[in-house]
Amino acid sequence: MFKNFKHEALETNTGLLLVATMFAISIGGLVEIAPLFLIDDTMEKVDGVRPYTPLEQRGRDLYIREGCYTCHSQMIRPFRDELLRYGHYSLAAESKYDHPFQWGSKRTGPDLARVGGKYSDEWHVQHLIKPTSVVPESVMPNYPWLLETPLDYSDVGDRMRALRTTGVPYSATQAEYDQNVKQFGAEVAAQLHIPDAQKNLVAQAQAGNYDGDRSSVTEMDAMVAYLQVLGTMVDFSKVKPEDLVKYR
Amino acid sequence: MANEQAQTQTHGSGGGVQTTGHVWDGTLQEFNNPLPVWWTYGFYITILFALVYWFFYPSWPVGTSFLKGVNTVTYVNQDGQEESWHWNTRAKLLGEVQAAKAEQKPWFDKIASLPYDKIATDPELNSFIQSAGKALFADNCAACHQTGGAGKIGHYPNLADDNWIYGGTFDKIRETILGGRHGYMPPYAEALDKGQVDTLANYVLSLSGEPHDASKAAEGKSLFHSHAAACYYCHGDNAQGRTDIGSANLTDKVWVWADVPGGQDANAKLAAVRNLINAGLNRGVMPAWEGRLSEEQVKVLTVYVHELGGGK
Ligand code: HEC
Ligand code: HEC
Ligand code: HEC
Repeated sequence: MFKNFKHEALETNTGLLLVATMFAISIGGLVEIAPLFLIDDTMEKVDGVRPYTPLEQRGRDLYIREGCYTCHSQMIRPFRDELLRYGHYSLAAESKYDHPFQWGSKRTGPDLARVGGKYSDEWHVQHLIKPTSVVPESVMPNYPWLLETPLDYSDVGDRMRALRTTGVPYSATQAEYDQNVKQFGAEVAAQLHIPDAQKNLVAQAQAGNYDGDRSSVTEMDAMVAYLQVLGTMVDFSKVKPEDLVKYR
Repeated sequence: MANEQAQTQTHGSGGGVQTTGHVWDGTLQEFNNPLPVWWTYGFYITILFALVYWFFYPSWPVGTSFLKGVNTVTYVNQDGQEESWHWNTRAKLLGEVQAAKAEQKPWFDKIASLPYDKIATDPELNSFIQSAGKALFADNCAACHQTGGAGKIGHYPNLADDNWIYGGTFDKIRETILGGRHGYMPPYAEALDKGQVDTLANYVLSLSGEPHDASKAAEGKSLFHSHAAACYYCHGDNAQGRTDIGSANLTDKVWVWADVPGGQDANAKLAAVRNLINAGLNRGVMPAWEGRLSEEQVKVLTVYVHELGGGK
């Protein structure tokens, strides 16, 4: 079949070249990615991982809007220097509700997979407004508008509904809500209920007071709420290190 | 343009070499030279390498599992038993961490067994603390406490002076690092009127020998010790603060929150203290590091921070 096939046929036929290129690339995907969906122990069985609350989810959207991922990865690799600097290596389970995940490999700034709880809310606010005010040598840009812009949360329910179609267990019906109570407990399940999304978002921003100003819900509230939850869901003191080894 | 068939062209110096048949502008051709021998063999060697690699390391997916390779890594599990698992980066990391811990064990044993003041005077230990502590401090603490622990007035306390809000003993510093701190002072803007806050600010400034209005300060003094303001309740009868709740010592020249040193003139200094009394303090949070840093790392940092500030 290939005997009379000439390289020239590909070089002179854009359509054919495109199809052949796609085919060659898809081999990589098929071999490296597809088996992960079949292999039993890809996803670690650990407690605590839950979908983001509406406020955190909006913060995550802003994180993507502002292009924070162009300088920050969220993937701590299992190497000793990373362990010492960033903490426990990231688990697959920890980003199972992330669509799209923020693993990345570009690290102009530090990895953020476990930045939650590392700093105070006040520090994040200062740092995002003007990074050099706390880290004089920083090359991170200023994001002052986050504090000035009221958060648009009118469509947060739709955003959660969209994520629901990708498999994130936000609940739209009473039955789904009951299921979430079983899986995550009542407190978390309430946060995942789409009909209450706006109410929950405002309540969390008010109670958390992330930006230090209770009078309005700003984009800063959402961003800091998101940053503060990163990497905090799994309690590693309850996980045996040798158990995680066996998921590879 | 391109000819249908590969052909042997004899043009210029390329005589006798096969071409791909492509000819542009009449003379420009694409030679089909064989690859250099070293390259071809290099290619075969990479294939051979892959075969050997498959034998030793995890490789091909098979059904719901994968080929694990014959290579193993040995580590110690939580029950203290040696365990082996097929080679993977997590197992390798676990083994490496344990090996490194064993290597550093003599140091940490020494630190644990020596009283803290002896650690500082042991030159070998001291240089270990200095180098390990410096790196840890830069990664975890300097973003707030700044390089060298110099701090930032109004936000993060200076750790390099001998003034300690929560106490400068090893135990207190360790407690601070492990559990974090969150000092709270209520806002007074609504509880007191402008004049009262002004007298209090004058009194606070008088305590540390800053310029002030003496008669207002006297008024502020009685307010400070009254039930109406109840400042004494947290800052103590002598206004020297209480390390258990981290209320600042108001009688020294060190300012953690009110930017008095940065005030250009007496008015600016007064305004700094007034604003603080009006707004109170609540945003100054020192995060808790328990669980985030290992026991050893906390120990190194405790000694490091203690020495930064000439602890007590
Ligand atoms: C141009 C690259 C760049 C971009 C874009 C960027 N950062 Fe950074 N970021 C840095 C660098 C460099 C540092 C380290 C210095 C510092 O702390 O400011 C950093 C540090 C941080 C830290 C502190 C991490 C730690 O552990 O100390 C956080 C949190 C952070 N960035 C969040 C963000 C967020 C949120 C965004 C998007 C709004 C963002 N960054 C966008 C470069 C960037
Ligand atoms: C998010 C910012 C932040 C980070 C990061 C941080 N600190 Fe603090 N630290 C503070 C604040 C704010 C206070 C004052 C708390 C108060 O007064 O209530 C403080 C207080 C302290 C104190 C008590 C000082 C005294 O005078 O009693 C010590 C000791 C200390 N920090 C050490 C550390 C060490 C060691 C690290 C790194 C592991 C660290 N801090 C990281 C913000 C931070
Ligand atoms: C509930 C306890 C409490 C009360 C009441 C209180 N303070 Fe404070 N005050 C604190 C604490 C705690 C701090 C330090 C906060 C920290 O370190 O996070 C502080 C800090 C201060 C500072 C800043 C010192 C510095 O170094 O910058 C001043 C000034 C001050 N207080 C004055 C007053 C005055 C005047 C009153 C009465 C009107 C008062 N405080 C009432 C707890 C209190």
